[in-house]
Amino acid sequence: MQRNLNHPTIVTIEKVIDETPTVRTLVFSDDIMPNVFPGQFAMVWIPGVNELPMSVMISKETGKAAFTVRKHGPSSTGLFNVPVGGQIGIRGPYGNSFNVKEGKLLLVGGGTGLVPMMRLLTFVKSTDDVTVLIGAKSKDEVFFEDLANDLLINNTHRVIVSTDDGSYGEKGFVTNLVEKLTNETHFDAVYVCGPEIMMYKTVQSAHSRNIFVQASLERMMKCGVGICGSCCVGEDLACKDGTVFDGEHLSTNKEFGHFHRNKAGILENY
Amino acid sequence: MEPSIATSIGKIQLDKPVMLASGILGISLDVFKRLYASGAGAVVTKSLSTVPWDGYPNPTIFSVKGGGWINAVGLSNPGASNFAKMIEPNQDIPIVVSLVGSIPEDFETMIKQFENCKVKAYELNLSCPHVAKVGLEVGDDPGLVKAIVSSVKNTTTVPVIAKVGLGTSNYLNTVSTAIDSGIDAITAINTVRAMAIDVETKRPILSNKYGGLSGTPIKPIALRCVYEISSQYDIPIIGCGGISTWEDAVEFFLAGASAVQLGSAIGDNWIGVFDEINKGILHYMERKGFTTIKEMVGLAKKS
Repeated sequence: MQRNLNHPTIVTIEKVIDETPTVRTLVFSDDIMPNVFPGQFAMVWIPGVNELPMSVMISKETGKAAFTVRKHGPSSTGLFNVPVGGQIGIRGPYGNSFNVKEGKLLLVGGGTGLVPMMRLLTFVKSTDDVTVLIGAKSKDEVFFEDLANDLLINNTHRVIVSTDDGSYGEKGFVTNLVEKLTNETHFDAVYVCGPEIMMYKTVQSAHSRNIFVQASLERMMKCGVGICGSCCVGEDLACKDGTVFDGEHLSTNKEFGHFHRNKAGILENY
Repeated sequence: MEPSIATSIGKIQLDKPVMLASGILGISLDVFKRLYASGAGAVVTKSLSTVPWDGYPNPTIFSVKGGGWINAVGLSNPGASNFAKMIEPNQDIPIVVSLVGSIPEDFETMIKQFENCKVKAYELNLSCPHVAKVGLEVGDDPGLVKAIVSSVKNTTTVPVIAKVGLGTSNYLNTVSTAIDSGIDAITAINTVRAMAIDVETKRPILSNKYGGLSGTPIKPIALRCVYEISSQYDIPIIGCGGISTWEDAVEFFLAGASAVQLGSAIGDNWIGVFDEINKGILHYMERKGFTTIKEMVGLAKKS
């Protein structure tokens, strides 16, 4: 029978990479997930634990994909702890993807928000001039810096890390760098994924200068297909209309940057 | 005369006969506006309870390999009071408020919270198949159905619909009890209690183990129920269960439904499905010479 993309397909974890003390990448083989577009996600079932929306990470090996997870609550910790040989279920891919422009590109990622940015880097042309900004709390939590440099080996590029405490790279929030860079340089496009406030400020910096900008939003999700309504952001469904939205559209959305919904669907402040 | 797809379910008048079923997307007014603009005749809210409910952990929804969906969301909702505040500004969209509770007082309390809202109708969820003490457990208890419907009818002048489903007792008893207690219309049916087991990990997929089956596989069952109800009782009916095309909708009209609700079809085809079905119904009416939905209702029983 043909694979039903909305039904969990079981895959086995083949490799676990420790990225930082709290972040791991779990690699698996699959027919579909290695070829998804940047911004697309899967619903990942950790049997006995929960099911989570996860951006699909690239793997250097053909026919393989991965999930990069930070242990935070019980569910993400459950995924973090899946060992080599462990089984998880995957549904999807779901959602739209980044509109990959050409020219001078700025990619901004915070934490596991770097996952869709790494996949986006596999879609850039060798003629593009690419700047990647990596935001982290401290030196311990920096990851994917080498990977970004490797993926851009044939491009004019720079990878800049900023840490909130200044223990590595530039000191301060990555959004200060976004403001500085968009002020100095005209980028053809800006892409961002990370904590909502980071995305909100990045969208503001770019949109106010008429630079094309897109953000990949994160919300609590149940179905992934636009029926449960858990992930609604104003009139938009993050799973179905997104996860990627244009800054132009987001600047008119009353909830983006301010509210998300809890499990009961009640709006809560960020 | 030009055909019109406007319909009435007893006292409830709708411009279009395809409604959003309860549990689907019914959480924000902004999304309701969008669904209404997409051709939904009315939107039914998520079933609201007296206090906010988180629902079950994931997995809560997935598709069945042969088609259709299984869900056990667990009636997650922001609570009637929060919800009433959110829809208070609404003037234009026909909103049917779905309510879930265990005792008559639950429903009375919630209806009072909607005093300042424009509510097209209330739909009592007497048939959710996967939450204890509410839904089907209420629907299967004739005494409780009678007490709840009677008290709700005494509390509000807004039309009240009972949504019934297939539980452990004969659902037609629930229908007849609701009618005797003064109900204005019946929605039939809810999802059908079901489950799925993953053979690799050898465990039920839903965190709640049991859930409700919806979508195409339950359409013939729902259609049978609508036909049975309309054959035995004189009560306006809203058909629900697996409707995804105009032909499905027309089948339900012919079986005796005055309107239909859908949900799973949105998961399969997204929200363009409302307009697509509306257009298909209109085209069918032109082709067959019908000018109103009412002319079609229950026609299959006469053949």
